[in-house]
Amino acid sequence: MQLIPINTYNSPTVILELIYRLKVQDVMTPSVVSIPLGTTMRQVQLLMKEKSITGVPVVQDKRLLGIVSMDDIIKALDFGYINDPVESHMTKNLIVLEDDMPVSFAISYFDRYRYHRFPVLNKNKHLVGIVTTRDITTRLLWEINHEVENLERMNQTTKITNGLSHKVHSFSILKLDFERAGFASTEIKKQLKKFNVFPRTIRRAAIASYELEMNIVVHSSGGRITAEYEPEQIIITSEDAGPGIQNIDQALEQGYSTANEWIRSLGFGAGMGLPNVRSVSDEFSISSTEKGTTVTSIIKFSEQEIGRMQTKEKESDESTTDSS
Amino acid sequence: MKVPLTALDEKLGYTAFTPIDPESYFSDAYTGDLLSDVMGNAAENSILITIQAHKNSVAVASLVGMKAIVLCNGRTAASDMIEAAQQESIALFTTSESQFVASYRIAHLLGLS
Repeated sequence: MQLIPINTYNSPTVILELIYRLKVQDVMTPSVVSIPLGTTMRQVQLLMKEKSITGVPVVQDKRLLGIVSMDDIIKALDFGYINDPVESHMTKNLIVLEDDMPVSFAISYFDRYRYHRFPVLNKNKHLVGIVTTRDITTRLLWEINHEVENLERMNQTTKITNGLSHKVHSFSILKLDFERAGFASTEIKKQLKKFNVFPRTIRRAAIASYELEMNIVVHSSGGRITAEYEPEQIIITSEDAGPGIQNIDQALEQGYSTANEWIRSLGFGAGMGLPNVRSVSDEFSISSTEKGTTVTSIIKFSEQEIGRMQTKEKESDESTTDSS
Repeated sequence: MKVPLTALDEKLGYTAFTPIDPESYFSDAYTGDLLSDVMGNAAENSILITIQAHKNSVAVASLVGMKAIVLCNGRTAASDMIEAAQQESIALFTTSESQFVASYRIAHLLGLS
């Protein structure tokens, strides 16, 4: 018989904890089929066939007196005493387990004695169950599955180093929609705030996204703001459907504006939008054709705040939801 | 110096459009009508002194982390602006004073004069 490949000297801690925590009574099959004295070996043979079992304890007044195994039955058939009562042919020198022993005991018993089953007694020496290797492996597999599941879950939480990882929010922005202008930036700000990004970083992201949002509202025929939240940075991208910027260098100059009077009267079109975006970004890029303009602003988180985001994330664990 | 927002009503006599949280303070102010300029330069926990009486001022104030907006020259806020201000917890006031007068009076409250 193969050994159970789990033991008390070189198994992982999780397994050790498991085989000490689990007691024999947790793995045994309780309320065993048993027979009283006087039963014949033939009756036991039939009982084994009927119940599909390979060993039956002999019990009198809840006390275990012996076990009749398949081997005993085969011998009885061989030597012609199959009709004798069990008491003269049962196995009497029994090795038993106690119900409050740790499972580690049962495992080492199986490895040491090569029996297929051990009867289990309680403190009063009453038979309370039988434990087989199958009982043990089934229960251990069940427990190990559970542990692996937990490990997987823990692993996932650490993989998402913070709740922002790889989340993407996208907002469509309409031409001259001053009503809803600022919505995208407000949402981005809320998201960053939720994950404990430093206020000064939030402010930079808010400035970049708001200016880009207003540029789409004021200058384009509509477009989209996309925020990609990554563990170390936020990428804000603005794409619009045209008409494009004629002179990008001029557009990046402070004070240069193509906005009309009405838009200026609202407080926009001061020629500070793109320069503002560029000044708050760690990385900034712009490209434009008459089909549209794409601006990308990347704002990096400092090492300190990445650390802070991670600790906060662990505390609040699964409280992250996507607000898009 | 931290000044309670209620001082704008109680000490300067400005009219509030929104309920004022007595626990809320400001520590600086910024005067401007160019929202990009406000966005780029106004400090957190400050108040905005402006004539831009529309929702976008609320958005800018909220994004920068400002506490209140004071509309000058007697400009009043439309209902959508008041609603936005309440939603973003930005206190909203109006005064007949010019931006110049409002600025120096608020500076005085802040102990800057």
